[in-house]
Amino acid sequence: MERLDEPLFSDLSFVVDAGRALRLSGRNGAGKTTLLRILCGLTPPTAGDVRWCGEALQRCYPDFVADLCYVGHVPGLKGDLNPVENLLFHTAGRAASGVSPEAALARVGLPPECEETPCRRLSAGQQRRVALARLLLTRARLWILDEPFTALDPEGRGRVEALLGEHLRGGGLAVVTTHHHMELESDRVVVLELDDGQ
Amino acid sequence: MGNSGLAGMLTATLRRDLLLAYRHRTQLANPLVFFTIVVTLFPLALNPEPQLLGTIAPGVVWVAALLAAMLSLEEMFRSDFDDGTLEQVALSPYPLSLVVLAKVAAHWLVSGLPLLLLAPLLGVLLRLDTVALGTLVATLLLGTPVLSLIGAIGVALTVGLRRGGVLLSLLVLPLYIPVLIFAAGAVSNAQAGLEVTGQLALLGSILALSVALAPLAAAAALRISLS
Repeated sequence: MERLDEPLFSDLSFVVDAGRALRLSGRNGAGKTTLLRILCGLTPPTAGDVRWCGEALQRCYPDFVADLCYVGHVPGLKGDLNPVENLLFHTAGRAASGVSPEAALARVGLPPECEETPCRRLSAGQQRRVALARLLLTRARLWILDEPFTALDPEGRGRVEALLGEHLRGGGLAVVTTHHHMELESDRVVVLELDDGQ
Repeated sequence: MGNSGLAGMLTATLRRDLLLAYRHRTQLANPLVFFTIVVTLFPLALNPEPQLLGTIAPGVVWVAALLAAMLSLEEMFRSDFDDGTLEQVALSPYPLSLVVLAKVAAHWLVSGLPLLLLAPLLGVLLRLDTVALGTLVATLLLGTPVLSLIGAIGVALTVGLRRGGVLLSLLVLPLYIPVLIFAAGAVSNAQAGLEVTGQLALLGSILALSVALAPLAAAAALRISLS
């Protein structure tokens, strides 16, 4: 992958199995977010390919995105809609997990009085919680999370780690970038260090 | 997830965009106020003689409508791009072009339709007769959706740029010219008591072509802007 015609990383190859999480780490600007966007199919790689269940991403894209929940570093929320409205829009047309938006918001620890507040009036941590509540609403097997712990307090980080652990035990996959050390069982998390083109 | 999933996604997009427009309803008035001001400035600057006004009216109303449509274009994808919701929409299992079509429909309902309702009043102000007024509304009905559809391609291409405003006008205005020519021509013809079905049919075919192709082009442009 190149950025501004400079190679960002090359010879990168990895497999994430069901029930496992991959944690990407590396200095700022190492290309963690770029790699996540390549995995989502948002950015085409300069060379190489991404496979989902053994098939190239382009060939199974509708199936792949139906199984994907991506929470990027911008929360992806409409500031003028309240958390419930935002979540309902996100679930429209996607296979629902049967969890109601209110229940999902309770799981990520958003106080019930915030449910009616437009998202732009919520704090950064609260917005992050709303964005992460999306994970609970779909039956996506693959979670791709870009710095999910940013702006969260220790209690919030604990909740997200618990969700992630539950997801992995249920046979889900996750690719996460974070500088935060996760307390999850070490055998479930593989760490990939992205450093200067390696 | 079959057709109902797709329909659910499209109605949710349409409903969300209309709800957002409703919550920003003060902004909705901007293009309308601009449209009214431009049209009313002409009789003040030129001679308010009925015959002159009648001659320039079709062109004035259409140029003003076109510029007013340009004003509201950017909003179609800009805020979605900035807050990351566009990314989420691009990662939905349905064709992005159909979502674009739903967004364009919402945009037309809040920007094109009000122009359509306001134009006859301004036409009366410029002394257009009843037949010409009817034709004006018909051309706006066929033409303003084309403005939104072609605009969507331009906005999709420039949404990733910080200062895309001028570039957007340069990209979009040349493509608006056929609509302007046929629409203003039809209204002039109607005023002169001539046949207008030819121009209306051409406008209709431009609309059909835009509905079919513009969403595909805009979706491809959005994927480039997102990557």
